[in-house]
Amino acid sequence: MNWLFTTDRPIYVQIVELIQRMILSGFYPMGSSIPSVRVLALEAGVNPNTMQKALAELENMGLLHTMRSSGRVVTTDQWLIMQLRDGIVNNYVENYFSGMLSLGFDRNAAIEQFWTKANGDAVFDSDLDATTETDFADSDRTEEPTEV
Amino acid sequence: MNQVNPAYPLLQTQNLTKTFGNITALYNVNIIVPPGRIIGLLGPNGSGKTTLIKLVSGLLTPSDGQIWINGIAPGPKTKTLVSYLPDKLYFDSWMKVRDCVALFADFYTDFDRSKATDMLTALGVDLKQSFRSLSKGTQEKVQLALVMSRQALLYLLDEPIGGVDPASRDYILETIIRNYNEQGTVIISTHLIYDIERVLDDVIFLMNGMIERVSSVDEIRYQTNKSVDEVFREVFRC
Repeated sequence: MNWLFTTDRPIYVQIVELIQRMILSGFYPMGSSIPSVRVLALEAGVNPNTMQKALAELENMGLLHTMRSSGRVVTTDQWLIMQLRDGIVNNYVENYFSGMLSLGFDRNAAIEQFWTKANGDAVFDSDLDATTETDFADSDRTEEPTEV
Repeated sequence: MNQVNPAYPLLQTQNLTKTFGNITALYNVNIIVPPGRIIGLLGPNGSGKTTLIKLVSGLLTPSDGQIWINGIAPGPKTKTLVSYLPDKLYFDSWMKVRDCVALFADFYTDFDRSKATDMLTALGVDLKQSFRSLSKGTQEKVQLALVMSRQALLYLLDEPIGGVDPASRDYILETIIRNYNEQGTVIISTHLIYDIERVLDDVIFLMNGMIERVSSVDEIRYQTNKSVDEVFREVFRC
């Protein structure tokens, strides 16, 4: 795990996001126990108090629970994990749209670009299906000026 | 092992002032430091960092004001509570590294000899070498390893990473984290804020012998969206 921190936000906030990502990606599977504060702090190269604060925040979110016998374990609440993952997916999608908007693409044009690029990549992988789809997308694009 | 008396802050100063002739090195410094923290003492050259550390360690006496280490004024009693790393090298030139280790073992009952030798080995220091023959950076590493191998309540580290290479710097910071316990507090004076920021709870900014601010690292980042390093450069811009 690579613990890289940016300088513009509190470190514990960034740790919360990183560990959340490790849980959502299955690096720490549901119900598994995570390393102790001390071990995690050393791994991340941060102050143990900072790590403690981040883990407390993850407990508040319900992603971690403290077990008397096995320390902190990852939640088994699938619904919660799905919700969080969905929230992050929403962020990615919104980031895409706002990035494209800054280049002058409206929402529909951005979606069209997305498909063009996604299918363009597919040309290299599999030949026939992808080519027809690319053709379709290209013909779509040539139609646009007549609409405007 | 030393025990904290929870009735008192680990370190407190009140109206602490130190003058050298007509130069005021520290003026009216009031700080309260709880146990279990790692604190950066930051300020430009000549801002009073070393003076403050020397006052707390009992090497200087205040011109005015007071100091308490867990409720006790600096003196023979507090020498067992405080582990101090000076900004100078102080081992005699005839000594081998193992003599330095033996000296610490003689002097301090809270000294953990095996911890020290483990650290020195990890840093690639040969115990049989003479202290004088080591490079300046390695000499600093030896002193720091000895100071950190005591079970003190308050560690005062005056520029512990200034002279060492980045890889050893990482090892030293790791050592400080590994050594962390809820009772002890580490105060680190340094210019190299960028390297050390991740391990700090709080920072004290000293400016011309006065406290410019005391804040947690998180708070600075929240309020400014900048790292402590960047804020430092703004506050102390020449």
